[in-house]
Amino acid sequence: MAADGRGAQGRGVAPARISAQGWGWQHSGRAAKAVHNLDLEIAPGERVLLLGPSGAGKSTLLHALAGVLGADEDADEFGSLLIDGEPVAGARGRTGLMQQDPDAQVVLSRVGDDVAFGAENLSVPRDEIWRRVPAALDAVGLALPLDHPTSALSGGQKQRLGLAGMLAMRPGLLLLDEPTANLDPAGVVDVRDAVRRSLEETGATLVVVEHRVSVWLDVVDRIVVLAPSGAGGPGGILLDGPPATVLAQGARLLADAGVWVPGHVPAVRQRTSRQSGAGQDDGGSRLLLEAADLGVSRSKSRRRHPVMPVAVVPSVNLYAGQALSVTGPNGAGKSTLALTLAGLLPPASGNLVATDALARGAGHSPLKWRGRELISRIGTVFQEPEHQFVTGSVRQELGFAPRLLGHGGEKVEELLSRLGLEHLADANPFTLSGGEKRRLSVATVLAASPQILILDEPTFGQDANTWAELASLLTELLDAGTAVLSVTHDALFTQLLGGETLDLGGSVAVRDHGGPPQLAATTGVRR
Amino acid sequence: MSVDVLAAPRSSAWLAGANPLAKLGAGMVITVLLLMSVDWVSASVALALEVLLLPLAGLSAGALLRRGWPILLAAAVGGYGTALLAPKTGELLLALGPVSFTTGSVAAGAAIALRGLAIALPGIIVLASTDPTDLADALAQKLRLPHRFVLGALAAMRLVGLLVAEWQTLGMARRARGVGGEPGLFSGARAGAGQAMALLVQAIRRASRLAVTMEAKGFGAGPRTWARESSYTGRDLGVLAGGLVIAAVSVGAAVVLGSWNPVFG
Repeated sequence: MAADGRGAQGRGVAPARISAQGWGWQHSGRAAKAVHNLDLEIAPGERVLLLGPSGAGKSTLLHALAGVLGADEDADEFGSLLIDGEPVAGARGRTGLMQQDPDAQVVLSRVGDDVAFGAENLSVPRDEIWRRVPAALDAVGLALPLDHPTSALSGGQKQRLGLAGMLAMRPGLLLLDEPTANLDPAGVVDVRDAVRRSLEETGATLVVVEHRVSVWLDVVDRIVVLAPSGAGGPGGILLDGPPATVLAQGARLLADAGVWVPGHVPAVRQRTSRQSGAGQDDGGSRLLLEAADLGVSRSKSRRRHPVMPVAVVPSVNLYAGQALSVTGPNGAGKSTLALTLAGLLPPASGNLVATDALARGAGHSPLKWRGRELISRIGTVFQEPEHQFVTGSVRQELGFAPRLLGHGGEKVEELLSRLGLEHLADANPFTLSGGEKRRLSVATVLAASPQILILDEPTFGQDANTWAELASLLTELLDAGTAVLSVTHDALFTQLLGGETLDLGGSVAVRDHGGPPQLAATTGVRR
Repeated sequence: MSVDVLAAPRSSAWLAGANPLAKLGAGMVITVLLLMSVDWVSASVALALEVLLLPLAGLSAGALLRRGWPILLAAAVGGYGTALLAPKTGELLLALGPVSFTTGSVAAGAAIALRGLAIALPGIIVLASTDPTDLADALAQKLRLPHRFVLGALAAMRLVGLLVAEWQTLGMARRARGVGGEPGLFSGARAGAGQAMALLVQAIRRASRLAVTMEAKGFGAGPRTWARESSYTGRDLGVLAGGLVIAAVSVGAAVVLGSWNPVFG
């Protein structure tokens, strides 16, 4: 019977109760507590969205509930944190934790084995494990063979695989730490729906941390807002109640804290100049980069084995002051196209030419430019800021490009204050928060004043404040004549930058042309 | 966008269905016996028999060359070096100033090269036909190695595949910052060292996140069950017997032909 698997899923799961009394946590070597003076009761089966400003200790609380904070032996714990009346350390197997990085979600190399891993650790008998594994994969909507390689999964699929692994453990408490921050919109919906289905089947308690409230609004029945506890903050809870009440009472406060409150659009500096682009009034809008029949691929072409391009773009022209957003489904080659245009990957086929206005004597192929020639012409901001940090402090990081170009340091101080990073000037870039890292990675590229700025998913996982700062900065650059190409799924962001959209592949994307899926639309689909 | 070098689809070859420990045992028997003598007869007989087994491991000659060329190169270099330095007995074949080769020294060189290949080939066969997960299961369940260590190593090996893609991304991300791309060996080496450091940082961060995932899934405390049972079958007896036959036939041939030349005593 089909219903049997579902029934088995629900059996044996008793939703967990959480009880925190005066609980606090101080990581070793930190001056301030990560969480301070927390009193919180969560009833079995409640579904809670946990919000709060950056540094309020949301992740710390989630990790504590998952029982994975204990390794830090020099840390100090205050008060009590109980699951079902027991200290968290004794609640092994009662909780499942999903983290932000999909690649850190997967333990083993085959789908079935990975789902079984948690159940094995709980000493579930073998026959029972293999009954639970297909049921769990079914519950998260992953219809894949058990020996499917986990490396072939997309980010959203990896997150759902992680969820299936938790379900096979039959936890009474699901803990999700920004589970959709690194996913494209389709992946976000898939993961959210998988979580909702699992909750309906198991009745487990849920605590989820996420900036984007609207994603979880239909799933949760309570919102808890933590107060900042570091730097003299009072700690504890700021707001607590049903979603509608909390959002009505705290809209202002939440928006200030960078939470994406539904219906609230963060204030962004609007563009002032007329949007220039291909074929519009020729008022000084110069062509910088020109690509024709450009095939892109990450693999190197060998003489005997020419690579199959992942995408072929008939034409891309980038003009000074032009904004261009590249969109398309997973695996359509968006990032690969951006890296090729950025002079970081060789074109697999076709032509890519820097005009004289951009090349300024350095040659017409961006790929052949030296490092210092590249950064003053095309700046690229990678999706993961940490990949681009090359020094030990924020100040050195910002000074790196000017030093390479032989400029003075005046731009460094300007950028530091512009991005609100002055108080962190001597901090190690790796110790910054997610939003600070994003701002710094953009600033380090801007320090070289490139004529073209290329950004790969700049708004992924960003809170509303960082998002608004980034968008404002970019509209300013566009008005000043910088060309900005962003790979993004963010429709609001695209609309604010005001430019054109280049859709890559996918049956949905190529609506105007109806050509073969690998054939991309030309620029100017949307005017 | 990850390149998982270790998660090739499970091979359907005959040897892939054998228990990894049986394969390791058979390979060990051949290796140990070949280490006991330096003669070209036992080495070439063993090598010939091993090559005959390649189809059982699902390896074609082309695939073998692609995977094993460094070993072929090492064997050739070893053989050449031996031929160069071995006692110059027999007829003179070639003399170029101080460098000379005789039939005796060339035979010694050939014996070393063949032996190197005959010892390396079982390793390649075992690697190509063994899934890392199966090996971990066998080590933990049959050899009773600590499962924390075995599964930790298995999870870490999966990260190695991710590091390949990470290295490529880091290279591009750093070039976008203006690092590298300058002429000169020194600045090139410095950029490479910086990139290796950055890779190390990323590897550690990702490993610690993976450790949190594993710990959250209840790994590392108390006893556990195994979803996949590592078991011995008749096929494993066949594999062990095959290893013994190869070892016996190659040694026997060398003894009969009078070239058996044990290293000890």
